[in-house]
Amino acid sequence: MPDTLLFAMEATLNGLTAGVMYALVALGFVLIFKASGIFNFAQGVMALFAALTLVGFQSGQIPFSHLINAMFGTRLHHFGWNMPTLLAIPATVVVMILLAILVERFILKHLVNQEPIILFMATIGLAYFLEGVGDIMWGAEVKALDVGLPKGMSMAVDEMTFNWFGYGFYIDRLELWAAGIAAILVASLTIFSQYTKQGRALRAVADDHQAALSVGVSLRFIWVLTWSIAGIVALVAGIMWGSKSGVQFSLSLIALKALPVLILGGFTSIPGAIVGGLIIGVGEKLFDFFMQPIIGGATENWFAYMLALVFLLFRPQGLFGERIIERV
Amino acid sequence: MKMTKLAATLAATMLASAPVLADTLHFPNLSYRTGPFAAGGIPFADGYADYFTLINERDGGIGGVPIRYTECETAYNTERGVECYQSIRGDNPLVIQPLSTGITYQLIPRTMEDGIPMHTMGYGRTSAVNGEVFNWTFNYPANYWDGASVIINYLLSENDGSLDGKKIALLYHNSAYGREPIPTLTRLSERYGYELLTIGVDSPGQEQGSQWLQIRRERPDYVLMWGWGVMNPTAIQEAANIRFPMENFIGVWWSGSQQDVLPVGAGAHGYKALAMHGTGTDYPIYEDLMRYVIEPGKYAGTGDEVGTVLYSRGMYAAMLAVEAAKKAQEIHGVANITPQMMRDGMANLEITEELMAELGLPNFGPAFSVACENHGGSGEAMIQQWDANAGEWNLITDWIAPDREMIMQMAMEDSLAFAAENNMTPACLN
Repeated sequence: MPDTLLFAMEATLNGLTAGVMYALVALGFVLIFKASGIFNFAQGVMALFAALTLVGFQSGQIPFSHLINAMFGTRLHHFGWNMPTLLAIPATVVVMILLAILVERFILKHLVNQEPIILFMATIGLAYFLEGVGDIMWGAEVKALDVGLPKGMSMAVDEMTFNWFGYGFYIDRLELWAAGIAAILVASLTIFSQYTKQGRALRAVADDHQAALSVGVSLRFIWVLTWSIAGIVALVAGIMWGSKSGVQFSLSLIALKALPVLILGGFTSIPGAIVGGLIIGVGEKLFDFFMQPIIGGATENWFAYMLALVFLLFRPQGLFGERIIERV
Repeated sequence: MKMTKLAATLAATMLASAPVLADTLHFPNLSYRTGPFAAGGIPFADGYADYFTLINERDGGIGGVPIRYTECETAYNTERGVECYQSIRGDNPLVIQPLSTGITYQLIPRTMEDGIPMHTMGYGRTSAVNGEVFNWTFNYPANYWDGASVIINYLLSENDGSLDGKKIALLYHNSAYGREPIPTLTRLSERYGYELLTIGVDSPGQEQGSQWLQIRRERPDYVLMWGWGVMNPTAIQEAANIRFPMENFIGVWWSGSQQDVLPVGAGAHGYKALAMHGTGTDYPIYEDLMRYVIEPGKYAGTGDEVGTVLYSRGMYAAMLAVEAAKKAQEIHGVANITPQMMRDGMANLEITEELMAELGLPNFGPAFSVACENHGGSGEAMIQQWDANAGEWNLITDWIAPDREMIMQMAMEDSLAFAAENNMTPACLN
């Protein structure tokens, strides 16, 4: 088999796993948009905040310690113990649920029936506020995140492909785990929305707010539920991306990776987020592989958007999105 | 009558709230403590601020005049950096620290027009070493082209003086900063016969899958990195993932701090980077810093960055600013110096080994002198290597000199082109 073909296959495989990482971020956007029609600009910052909180709990860091020290002249930093990961993750989930309650209580509740653009702007404000709170609460230094997920080259894939092709493919074990976790996440969300009372209520609100309200579904509860689930998805994305390169404030920029995925897959479809992620991942890796020698590297950022734009021209609602028909 | 009273009250209020210009020396800092690159901006700003605090607390200022230190938040954003400059340019700033190559490029013409000196230490426009064109910009003690040349000289020493047939990859941040070393490395490749492979990474650099697959395919002997922020730990992690020999992976000084290696853990062991100054708290100056700044709680930020690489860099930058201010006071015979006088101090700065030892920083930075023809210092740097087990950087070489003849020639070509574009006649100011 020619080397170029082997290398292209390797790039495709890596594109698929990278696509799953993008899809993890996109899922949070889809959940909130589907349930409330809000494009949540703060989703990337929520991933950052969740990861910061998780590392903070793991390392026994005292939240707001810098503020406390500045106000009272103390030198508090750590509780003096480390929290096991299995305890720190549920504790972070609780924080994300609390955040969802606060968002509903102090923002969404006051903006019922407002234009989508108003709600979008509110999430911009939330993003900057949350980033600032995260900084004050946990500090801005880079933090190593280790939840026990394996990292580095998968020897199994390397050996298997070497036996087949005489060339071992490189795959990061972390990204393989991410693919498995994403599959579990999507399956759980599907089961939740199809087979539970709350899930059906969530779908009812997503389909028609007014109709859902008329049959007694609490819009406020659904919003809290949606933002809580989005917070948990953000935590998963934060863990995966934070494990790759540490938890630092640039983690919030992973949201930029989700936008082309959403344009391509549709803002209202969970399978769309997955398929969109995979297409973007494979597309950008293959484009870089073939075009790098001609135009140089660093094509990944703009190519993803260009690909999304092409899809937008032919299918504005995305691959799996709902066509919006407004009758006059 | 009422209007007169109101005007008088307003005038009194304005006078009371106006910055005190006459009896302080204003050192502003275009810092970034927020945003995606905050992790790198905070320690630098802390080190820069703490040194000025030390001078105020221990010496009562410079030449008896207290230092007034201010920060303006740029979030490492060029537009905000320019806004910061506009907000402080009328407040008698003695020297501008833009802390970003993008901001530097924007401020070069503005500082020239306003007559305010700018110090871009180890970043910014490399050809600013030519002080005949860039009268107000200083980039001592080293610049990017020096850094590239120092790495190549180091690799020559590691390969018995020959890089013929070797393949060297440059992994660079796809920005003005990241592209800076390409001309130098290209020219040096022609001289030493190595093959140069350039691989760009889009900002911020969290996803580098394609780049490292390419490195795995191309199998370069060495990988050099011009990265910043999250790009650095991601690259080091990817290198560890593909089992690239870490001792053959060398970053520029902006890719060689604790922030870059700690998130990677044991995988970063053996990674190397340039060092334009020493690091750690094993210098006599830290006794004074502890006594006058840290222990009394007068430190900037949270006080937990003391002694780190980027804290040391901020402290070094402040030390050079203070020494230039002293020089300016000496030249002009006045304590309350102006930005124009400060420029003269910077243009005649002389850092000797004796002075460094006297300041409590023996062998912390290279000895160098500044002149109109050379605003860039000596260009020397050392190589440091990360020991993941001990959690510390170790200097593994002495100062390595760059190929200054070639660099000055390249700088001359670039700066003269800039002068021609801007209808300038190159000339020294003093």
